Amino acid sequence: MRTGVFHENFASEERLWDSPTSRVWMAAFVLSLFTLPLWGSDYVLAMACIVGIHVIAALGLNLTTGNAGLISLSHGAFIGVGCYTVAWLGKQGVPFYIALPVAGFVAAFLGVIVGLPSLRVKGLYLAIATLAAHFILSFVFREWDAVTGGVSGTSIPRANLFGFELIGDRRNFYLIFICAFAMAVAARNLARTRIGRAFVAVRDRDISAEILGVHLLRTKLTAFAIGAFYAGVAGGLLGYFYGSITPDYFVLTLSVFYLAAVIVGGLGTVLGSVLGAVFMTFVPEGLRLLASVSSHAFPGVAGLLLPMGQVVFGLLIIVFLIFEPHGLAAIWARMRRTFHLWPFRT
Amino acid sequence: MSEFLEYSLLGLLSGGVMALIALSFVLIYKGTGVVNFAVGEVMMLGAYIYYAGAVTFGLPPWVAFALALGVIGVLAIAIERAVLRPLSGQPAVAVLMATIGMASIVHGGVEAVWGGDTLSPPTLLPRTPLLLGEVLIPGTVLGNFAVAAVLIGGFLAFFRYSKTGIALRATASDPVTAATLGININYAQRLTWLLSGLVGTFAGVLIASSAGLSPLLASAALSVFAAIILGGLDSILGAIVASLLIGWVESVSAGYLGGKSRDVVPYVVVLAILVVKPYGMFGTRTIERL
Repeated sequence: MRTGVFHENFASEERLWDSPTSRVWMAAFVLSLFTLPLWGSDYVLAMACIVGIHVIAALGLNLTTGNAGLISLSHGAFIGVGCYTVAWLGKQGVPFYIALPVAGFVAAFLGVIVGLPSLRVKGLYLAIATLAAHFILSFVFREWDAVTGGVSGTSIPRANLFGFELIGDRRNFYLIFICAFAMAVAARNLARTRIGRAFVAVRDRDISAEILGVHLLRTKLTAFAIGAFYAGVAGGLLGYFYGSITPDYFVLTLSVFYLAAVIVGGLGTVLGSVLGAVFMTFVPEGLRLLASVSSHAFPGVAGLLLPMGQVVFGLLIIVFLIFEPHGLAAIWARMRRTFHLWPFRT
Repeated sequence: MSEFLEYSLLGLLSGGVMALIALSFVLIYKGTGVVNFAVGEVMMLGAYIYYAGAVTFGLPPWVAFALALGVIGVLAIAIERAVLRPLSGQPAVAVLMATIGMASIVHGGVEAVWGGDTLSPPTLLPRTPLLLGEVLIPGTVLGNFAVAAVLIGGFLAFFRYSKTGIALRATASDPVTAATLGININYAQRLTWLLSGLVGTFAGVLIASSAGLSPLLASAALSVFAAIILGGLDSILGAIVASLLIGWVESVSAGYLGGKSRDVVPYVVVLAILVVKPYGMFGTRTIERL
């Protein structure tokens, strides 16, 4: 709790940004983010777009896994569903502002189907059910040539806003970050509605939740549907960003990447999704930078990049799980508290 | 008809090795309540160490195999101590992710050391094929099945008759009561990981010496999920029966529907089973209380 902030009514306490300082910082952050295309380099912008897409997908997975406690290993496949939906709709001439929500809803519909076993099974059995769903979906991506273009992939027509082509990173940037910002606020708000509280109740003890009047099946399916909706939108944006896509992108590693991002960031918090997605995007980049710097000293280092990336990825997951189970969000909160209370110690 | 017979026999025989992998999963799930996604990677690492021993250092195959078993044994105990012990009592997603993290480390490490190409380690078993009427069975397939059968039989006997095996079963079914009765639970769980690692190494070396060795070997373990779900995650008998069944379904469907169906048929089976019979054929139904 920040010193010097006094809530005089419930409404002020319920606000998302409850002190003037946090509002100022948030405004500054949004302002600097949305002017990024004016001063950022091409590299920064491309990375920012990828981070934005990852943030949306991680937000969705964090709702399903972090808030509702349902482990999903099919998140990468839902992203694929969104991407292919956008590709197919784009070829039919559907504008992006319709195609993008539709991609979300198609993914959400599949999410409900994948979530159906959650009626009967939970925990690890559910993880394996979603794993099976992942493999079935990626089989469909490879084989349904008419829609997905098979193994060689398909192209996605550029997003077009009344004749204004969203081509290049700078224009896609706004599309991605407006979506990311809106969906982050939506996720934050969802957590404090009846649905969001039902998620947490189901996560902590589903039988107790049922006794308290939470409809278990409906809540679990909602959690899957909303998580998959986020994945679908992220997949659609991914399609518009890259312009073409092959099934190789949507492998199991992608689902694991998002699970790792959510765990490293912090389960069950919006801040955790954002921090985790940013962090996990920059780890491989940092490794690449390190490799290019040290390539003079060790000539063979470039070939080791991919495997070493996997090792670092695994180490990060394990280290965070053991030493900081609440993730980067907890570290962030600790740092904030230090500043709030300074010069006093917690 | 002979075609069907051939597919069936080959499927059942390959199901034998699958049963070994399934056993590796089930041992850990039963003993410690963890679904170990790193089984495939441990299996692969064992096979690579066997390869290093037999080809790089030029040891006789059997010595190299013993070396692989030893290294994996030490590694399994180290993993249990360093990663799983601190995470005991954490939510399922945390432990699951820890095993995925380990899988990622092992996978990356193996690729960094040995690269992604397919290697061919020496065979442990004779390659002479067996002719049964019109059906030709490759020697390695038969040998793999025989080794798997002996090993699984040994495990079943171990769990049924030996004192240690009974202690392991007691720990699996109720750790607290087992501790009260004087069983050292930490020791039992360590032993579980050790056994699972050894079984995985057996499976890995058998597969690698008959089908070649590449990092793709690890993904062979993922299709075993179909079998353990069908059998029930915590039933050794179920794992064996279901592995044979899934091996048969895979082989027959690949024979009649084309090789691509092999990628998807097991998973369709998994989803169908989970909706209809969530605890598999032999799994324990969990009854929850508040």
